[in-house]
Amino acid sequence: MQARLTATDLACMRGDRLLFRGLSLALGSGDVLHVTGENGTGKTSLLRILAGLLSPYAGEVSHDGAIGMLDERPALDPDQPLGIALRFWQQVDGCSDPEAALAAMELDALLDVPVRYLSTGQRKRAAMARLLCQNAPIWLLDEPLSGLDDRSQARIGETVSAHAAAGGIVVLASHQPIAVERLSVFALAEYVA
Amino acid sequence: MIWPLLKRDLRMLLLGGGRGGGAMLPLLFFLAVAMLYPFAVGPDAPLLAKTGGGVLWIAALLAAILPLDRLVLPDIELGLFDQLKLRGITEESVMAVRLFAHWLSFGPLLMLACFPAAALLNLDGETLQLLLLGLLAGTPGLAAIGLMIAALTAGLRAGAALSGLLLIPLALPILIFGAGALERSDPATLGFSAAISLLLVAITPFAAGAAIRAGSQG
Repeated sequence: MQARLTATDLACMRGDRLLFRGLSLALGSGDVLHVTGENGTGKTSLLRILAGLLSPYAGEVSHDGAIGMLDERPALDPDQPLGIALRFWQQVDGCSDPEAALAAMELDALLDVPVRYLSTGQRKRAAMARLLCQNAPIWLLDEPLSGLDDRSQARIGETVSAHAAAGGIVVLASHQPIAVERLSVFALAEYVA
Repeated sequence: MIWPLLKRDLRMLLLGGGRGGGAMLPLLFFLAVAMLYPFAVGPDAPLLAKTGGGVLWIAALLAAILPLDRLVLPDIELGLFDQLKLRGITEESVMAVRLFAHWLSFGPLLMLACFPAAALLNLDGETLQLLLLGLLAGTPGLAAIGLMIAALTAGLRAGAALSGLLLIPLALPILIFGAGALERSDPATLGFSAAISLLLVAITPFAAGAAIRAGSQG
């Protein structure tokens, strides 16, 4: 898996407030970047800009390889059983091995439960299973650990490590520390305007 | 990639998908109006036959308002459009699929409901035929206007209430030509209705897609 994600001289404007400026990144295969910063410093905005979902106020982003994103919205139909809600994405992504993703996130027992009855942590794991199925080399994870118990947190850490070891790129924004090898920390506070 | 989208849209719009209503809601509304009208104006058969077609047009127009609030907004809240965009599926293509699904979930059903409604309002065969042709020409346009409005108002706080109000003036040309054909017993007028529908169907995916994209930048 070969991947590249670069950002040059990014600035982000929300409303009439400049959140950060002069931010540059260059990530290659195997890199894991932990973006830290207080609430409201623009971690989510940065991830959305990297994903191409939000236009930066200045600067540009380029990437080789598909981008997969996990944020606070799982994008799973709340009224459908988890299995059917996930199957939609498996079909869209042409997932070759959905069982492995479900097993990795321990979701087998929850497939018949409507998504709205799932707990925050279970939903997050379901969204992670969706991401695993997407087979995208670049992962942008916004608060992947919030709402998860210790065991699930460790499991996400292992998944992220495995993804990086396979040559993927992971950018994650989180308040919790995450146990991943080769992790570099990126403090957004240094770029506050 | 289009097929799973269409399947999901139809499950949501036709069967309700747990979001309440589904296709039954506009259908029952339409039939309820057809049932109430004779009670309101009295059992005057010639009057019902003369005005019934127009009433059914208004009922169809108002029924098209009912599904608007769950057409786009819930999927924005789910983050669906963002996830699809990451996979290279643009808002425009999602909206084109949804327009088709939205029409399928109320257009053909309203046309079917015209048969019992025509019996209730004492419409003759020729009027029913013009009504059906008119709805066939007009409902795609109504679906297009509805989807465009739903996408435009999705980011507004009073979006649901506003969308109903916005649909009525925009749907006026379709109503004038569609119901006008009944008045003059002239199928040629329906061509205008169909032309307006066609134009609306052609621009809606782009307008609705742009609206959703602009909303996600906010």
